[in-house]
Amino acid sequence: MTAVMAEALDRGTREALAGLLLAMADDEFVLGFWDSEWTGIAPLLEEDVAQSSIAQDEIGHAQALYQLLAEVIGGDADRIAFGREPAAYRHARLLDHARTDWAFSIARRFLYDTADAARLDLLVACAWPPLAGVVAKMRREETYHLLHMHTWLERLASGGDDARGRLAAALERLWPDALTVLAPLPGEELLVAAGILAEPMAAAEQRWLASLRPIFTRLELPFPFIQLEGERLETTLAVPAEPRDGHDGSDSFRWLWGEFTMVYRSDPEAVW
Amino acid sequence: MSPVRTPTVEAVWEALAEVPDPEIPLVSVVDLGLVHRIDLDLEAAGGGRLRVELLPTFVGCPALELIRAAVAERLAGMAANVEVAMTFAEPWTSDRITPEGRRKLRESGFAPPAPAEAAEQPGKPLFATIAVRPTASCPYCGSQDTELENPFGPTLCRAIFWCNRCRQPFEQFKRV
Repeated sequence: MTAVMAEALDRGTREALAGLLLAMADDEFVLGFWDSEWTGIAPLLEEDVAQSSIAQDEIGHAQALYQLLAEVIGGDADRIAFGREPAAYRHARLLDHARTDWAFSIARRFLYDTADAARLDLLVACAWPPLAGVVAKMRREETYHLLHMHTWLERLASGGDDARGRLAAALERLWPDALTVLAPLPGEELLVAAGILAEPMAAAEQRWLASLRPIFTRLELPFPFIQLEGERLETTLAVPAEPRDGHDGSDSFRWLWGEFTMVYRSDPEAVW
Repeated sequence: MSPVRTPTVEAVWEALAEVPDPEIPLVSVVDLGLVHRIDLDLEAAGGGRLRVELLPTFVGCPALELIRAAVAERLAGMAANVEVAMTFAEPWTSDRITPEGRRKLRESGFAPPAPAEAAEQPGKPLFATIAVRPTASCPYCGSQDTELENPFGPTLCRAIFWCNRCRQPFEQFKRV
């Protein structure tokens, strides 16, 4: 695939690219801030360090993606990150939930990290070089997050009744919203045609679910999907109709937004 | 400011070798393999142009701007226009750390990152090796009998290990 320049893309494709960058950046940004809520109060000192480090990685990824977005649509990355009202964020609904307890945070992060890995796989050969470069770097860092989340999922699933019960309950509650991460994005077919995205999100979602199935089966954790003809996995759950909109309706996200925009709202020119 | 002698690409490399990592000052930006490209054009309009591109070790590393500014300060005056930029044009990997850099890391009390797996494929970095636990040799006693305590450490680029022989923790510069 020959490299494409963002300026050379037609308007529809540019808008779709901006939508993809905003969705990815907002995902990493919001999850990074939820992670940072564990700083100082994680159940183990090691986890205090780990969650803080993971949070810093995610916010760094968001920063790089907002920077790319600013190159596509113009404007300033900080302003895009901090200068919007809650309704204008485009993260997946999975990331609206508060951190809740440890098992809930692990369940959510496991679902997100594995889905995000499937999304990054679609961008490895991205025809827009700046995004391909950031993705190559992100994948290497996300490897550590995945390793860590696989370890914790196993640990809680094979722990006592309390740990196992909390993990299973969290997964039951999160599965419908987990399907918002790889929900189709507006104009994604244009991105596929331009060689920016290898395949539609639905293809990544199927690969993601297929990769989780043996793990959830072995650990006897909730996996609410049935296999239709062929390999296709379908869910019986009610998936949210607006996977990435309407966040102003989430009390927990509104609260988090108030926290992470506090400095920006009091002084938009602040430097730190 | 006019340069004392006509700068060369070699002189730029020598200058870069004097810029320390802000966290581990014994190692330089050259030892860490951060330098992606040096473009020196003495014929450029306005008295010559020097552009240096650096690779971030981690996307969210808070020291990136410090490193960029320290490099820009050291190179100031080598051409009329000096530009230092960060780029993701290729991913920095821990295999870019030079043998000298690995020696200096050990001297600073850090285990250098393990070398890349031979099986690693260019398109599928690390994800294929997810089941492989990171390993490290103790920088104090050299023992291989070590355990990963935490893949996350005090900075993004470090992991924490425990040495079973000298019975103390140590840090590894992560393999990425």
